[in-house]
Amino acid sequence: MRIALEPRPPSRWREVLMPFAAIAASLVLCGLLIIIAGANPFQAFAIMGEAAFAGKFAITETVARAAPLVLTGLAALVALRTRFWNIGGEGQLLVGAMAAAWLGARGDIPVPLLVPAMIVGAALAGAALAAIPGLLKTRLKVDEVVSTLMLNFIVMYLMMALLSGPWKDPVTGWTDSPDILMDAEFPVFWAGTRLHLGVLVAVIAVIVIGIVLKRTSFGLAMKVVGENPKAAHHAGLDVGRITFFAVLLSGALAGLAGAGEVGGTQFQVIASISPGFGYAGLVVAMLARLSAVGVIPAAVFLAAITTGADEMSRQTGVPFFIADAVQGLSLIAVLVAMTLARYRIRWRPSPKREAAS
Amino acid sequence: MSMLDIILDIGFFAAAIRLAVPLLLGTLSELVAERSGVLNLGIEGMMLAGALAGFATAHVTGSLWLGVLAALLLGALIGLLMALLVVILRLDQTVTGLGVTMAATGLVFFSYRLGFGESAVPPAITPFSTIPLPLLSDIPFVGPVLFNQYALTYIVYLLVPALAFFLFRTPAGLALRTVGENPKAAAGVGIDPIKMRILALMAAGALAGLAGAYLNLAAFGSFTFGIISGRGWICLALVVLGRWKPFACAGAALLFGAVDAFQLRLQTSGSVDLPYQLFLALPYVATLIVVIVNTRFAAAPAALMEPYDPEKR
Repeated sequence: MRIALEPRPPSRWREVLMPFAAIAASLVLCGLLIIIAGANPFQAFAIMGEAAFAGKFAITETVARAAPLVLTGLAALVALRTRFWNIGGEGQLLVGAMAAAWLGARGDIPVPLLVPAMIVGAALAGAALAAIPGLLKTRLKVDEVVSTLMLNFIVMYLMMALLSGPWKDPVTGWTDSPDILMDAEFPVFWAGTRLHLGVLVAVIAVIVIGIVLKRTSFGLAMKVVGENPKAAHHAGLDVGRITFFAVLLSGALAGLAGAGEVGGTQFQVIASISPGFGYAGLVVAMLARLSAVGVIPAAVFLAAITTGADEMSRQTGVPFFIADAVQGLSLIAVLVAMTLARYRIRWRPSPKREAAS
Repeated sequence: MSMLDIILDIGFFAAAIRLAVPLLLGTLSELVAERSGVLNLGIEGMMLAGALAGFATAHVTGSLWLGVLAALLLGALIGLLMALLVVILRLDQTVTGLGVTMAATGLVFFSYRLGFGESAVPPAITPFSTIPLPLLSDIPFVGPVLFNQYALTYIVYLLVPALAFFLFRTPAGLALRTVGENPKAAAGVGIDPIKMRILALMAAGALAGLAGAYLNLAAFGSFTFGIISGRGWICLALVVLGRWKPFACAGAALLFGAVDAFQLRLQTSGSVDLPYQLFLALPYVATLIVVIVNTRFAAAPAALMEPYDPEKR
């Protein structure tokens, strides 16, 4: 017997429903884990849903948590459009956070320019870091998977060195960066919640990236480069240049996520400023099937799982890490679903020897 | 202590070997997978799963060797799952490997917390002790460095020539390499590329699991969430540095074991007044340099990352 994949006739609704099927499958697996942990899965899911969505505080908290995921999701997606695997979102977010914290704590920037400087600075820092693997790939053909992963670790340790060295609090000895100025804190749109400027930045980014991908020649060029680099080259497109600019844009988006965390949530850099937002961005991009608008529900889903798992863990004792498991499982599930939407699985008797063709 | 004193010392070389062994096991794991044409980014997760399987089994049964067995089996099982996804369903190898690592990481952390709870003092096991080999360990310098090691280390010494012999001197090794270079041609001479890749990923998983288990069964004696912290990713670069050949990969792993031993000693020597995290970044910087320098010369298996579709002519 052998397994064969037979192409299905293309179906629009199947493509649209497939991420939901993947999420359902990962939630079923999650339910099994909850049973293994000795809790009632229906009760656990009810707690998670309530903690993530019931009431003003829960919803806004989930939305605020989704903002960095929207940005890292867009970052992964933009690079992937040109077939560049930017797994460096984590490092790019961290340099963005460091740039924002550095600018936000300076006393010499005029107050009205402080917040804009932090946002622009973070985006530039993210883009500058992404430029390294971008140049290595387009100029020297160095595989971006390893280079972006290594840069994540390098940046993380540099940040830790900064936090326990120059940024260490001389009095308390805490390894956090100095607090940003009051004027550098991102404005909040709804008093008593954490709906801050970073959330708006994320929404604007979705709109802008959506327009860039669909309506501009750069977006079209990215698509051509990603789908068929040879054809792009023959059509007179500079494949290296387009890829490089997409990577810069990707790094800038991840850097913005760092600005939001510093300016709107933590008001300083702490060692745990990113619980893997950069890596989660890849899951977001895949769940969104590489569409800019799809990034929002995908990010809200992962954010809800995290805020929900937090509360559920407190009440039932199921380990919080179930959220990480769901994240990984939903990524695998959406990849499988994407294939199943396009192919039918067939069992075929295997011919003992196939003639060479 | 000067820089020179740090490396001109038996203790340094012995430490370099100790630190090189898990990297070498991981590198051989990646080598087997890539020789069959599959890039295994699940390696980081497989190593972590192996580390927990080895630790938990040793903790419960009291037998370190049962821990080794459990790590091999769990690694092979994850390898089989990875094969299901990338060989049979032909999913993209990059993102699937990352997905396998993410899911494995989440499940490992979940299981550890479930099984061992949250305690201030992490549970520990008594790790393997070193076994000086009679006669060989008496050789000046070489003896204490190479032949006063863990039993697992001696097994790895044998594994390198064994894998080289398998790959380059046996029909099955030739079949594996052919599948990685040109699966269609392999199928033409009666080799089943699908079966070959599934087996290769299972072997790769088992080796990665062992690499992870070595870290707590031989080196640390306890399980921490950061026990692998990118060692699997480093192995991806070491395969390139080792040009997909077992002996060269062993050299690459040794070099990195030495880098790791050097940064550890630099941290503790106090001869350089810098935050210790800068030293921790050193292996990753070295890895980045390795991929940059080697990309130019490296010749990866021709069908690496190309799914094999038996129906495509």
